[in-house]
Amino acid sequence: MTPTIEATGLRKRFGRTVALDGLDLVAEPGQVLAVLGPNGAGKTTFVRTVATLLRPDAGELAVAGHDVRREPGAVRRVIGLAGQYAAVEPAMTGRENLHLVARLFGQDGRTARASSARVLDLLGLTGAADRLARTYSGGMRRKLDLGASLVGAPRLLLLDEPTTGLDPRSRIELWDAIGALVAAGTDVLLTTQYLDEADHLASRIVIIDHGRVVAAGTPGELKQRAGRNVIEVHTRDRAALARAAAGLAGPGQDQPQVEEATRRVRVAVAAGTDPLRDALGALDAAGIAVEDISLRPPTLDEVFLALTGQGLEQPTETAAGHPAA
Amino acid sequence: MASIPAPVPVPAGRSAGLAASTVGIARRGLLKFLRTPQLVVVGTIQSALFLLIFRYVFGGAIGAGGLDYVDFLVPGFITTGLLFAGMGAAAGVAEDLEQGFVDRLRSLPIPRSAVLAGRAMADTALLVWSLAITSAVGFAVGFRLHGGLADALAAFGLLLVFGFAFEWMFITLGLFAGTPQAAQGLALMVFPLTFVSSAYVPVESMPGWMQAFAEHQPVTVMVDAVRVLTQGPAAEALLGHGAGFYVTRALAWSAAILAVFVPLAVARYRRG
Ligand SMILES: Nc1ncnc2c1ncn2[C@@H]1O[C@H](COP(=O)(O)OP(=O)(O)OP(=O)(O)O)[C@@H](O)[C@H]1O
Ligand SMILES: [Mg+2]
Repeated sequence: MTPTIEATGLRKRFGRTVALDGLDLVAEPGQVLAVLGPNGAGKTTFVRTVATLLRPDAGELAVAGHDVRREPGAVRRVIGLAGQYAAVEPAMTGRENLHLVARLFGQDGRTARASSARVLDLLGLTGAADRLARTYSGGMRRKLDLGASLVGAPRLLLLDEPTTGLDPRSRIELWDAIGALVAAGTDVLLTTQYLDEADHLASRIVIIDHGRVVAAGTPGELKQRAGRNVIEVHTRDRAALARAAAGLAGPGQDQPQVEEATRRVRVAVAAGTDPLRDALGALDAAGIAVEDISLRPPTLDEVFLALTGQGLEQPTETAAGHPAA
Repeated sequence: MASIPAPVPVPAGRSAGLAASTVGIARRGLLKFLRTPQLVVVGTIQSALFLLIFRYVFGGAIGAGGLDYVDFLVPGFITTGLLFAGMGAAAGVAEDLEQGFVDRLRSLPIPRSAVLAGRAMADTALLVWSLAITSAVGFAVGFRLHGGLADALAAFGLLLVFGFAFEWMFITLGLFAGTPQAAQGLALMVFPLTFVSSAYVPVESMPGWMQAFAEHQPVTVMVDAVRVLTQGPAAEALLGHGAGFYVTRALAWSAAILAVFVPLAVARYRRG
């Protein structure tokens, strides 16, 4: 079967910045592919290249078998794009926004009305459908933007950081909506900075940094290699840090890391809640006063450390917009 | 949140044609304007104030030969008003680029020219509105037609063609600017064109080196065409030529502006 996306040695530079540096990636049909990476990794550049908005400098890129350079029109008929910044018209209602995009996809008036209504319903926006989008909250705007990307019933949805900036509840709602689409047979390429999001939505994860793939696999495979939970202890006294680290060595799976400045000790642990109970027991037995203790999934930084042997550099930029030059 | 969606079947390979996409995009541009009352109200008040100041504050000091100053001024005011109204397009285009709206449109299976054509169409429709307002304000402060109605309508049509041509200049500036602020700054380029022209004062009152520019540049030619069409023989006597002279030149300038900026805008838009 033709892959949904096939990228080989993809390169793109902006002046002296190398945004894509020989990216290789294959997305099979029926798959949700998550591209995970820190700020500036090249996620948006990749998505914009797939969406035919940017021409790659070198390498090959085919979407549903169509080369992005030679047959951009065919690619555009296959995709629906929700970019990193919600691109809805604030002076139109939610319904009008969707209707416009549906018409531009070539639907006649009736079909466009029907698909707009269906998408509004899917996203839980029916109640606000006839309000101007400028009165929407950030989360509602994001949902409407997602709606605009799927109102044309595309085969492949491109979602660039769909949940960045949303509160936890909106995030989960959006996940549900994406999950429903996937169940209905839409392929999805999404980018994210959150491992848990990739884990929740994707059947395959590609981790990129500096425009190159640094690791790829199913969420299960990657978690096995890197996704161990972390116990983090915040002690009351600095003096107790060393003893806490010794106590955590038992339940931990690697060497506990001490961070003097913030009075914290961190250690990777096996899945489940048993390690937390063991850790509490060990700290208690050692008579250590604990400010707080948490069990959490690893951060992207920790995943990088585990998979590549080196942590993330400081992000070179914030998530602010770049000119769409 | 509803359950699994029933996908609406869309025949593969379909997409909107040029006309339908252009109209859809133009409609959005119009709605954006109409539903932003600040734009409508502020624009109207600004142009009224501007005219009142020239008419009553400077008007007494400016001689316009055989024409009443108000009859001399209003054609200039209407023409330059078109350019001031059109300036907004530059920032609008830059904003659409920056906020991802253009990305969305460019990812759709529509002819690429539809995006710019829709924009130009909406903006030109807004120029009709702007022309109506400035003309109404002009009549309110004493402007009168001294030529035929057909000539006045011809002036209106000519102004639209001229405004349409300048829209493409502003669209091009917006595409190249990068940010809405920069686009706004670039659009200020029209100030020399509007002020170093016959719009508000006779060209003969300027220093010689400036006259050479002022006399031939598009705004002067356009303003003088409107003067001759709306004021008849008195304007012809003052300006030295008949309507045909100015109208052909105004059309030639419009064609030249379109010939430069349409390909520039399209090339820039295609490049992305
Ligand atoms: N239009 C542009 N002009 C110049 N440099 C650009 C442009 N777009 C991207 N870059 C640069 O290319 C690199 C990759 O950017 P990209 O936007 O693809 O990263 P990202 O992974 O999407 O980051 P984020 O998580 O912040 O959205 C960055 O260093 C960025 O500054
Ligand atoms: Mg990005």
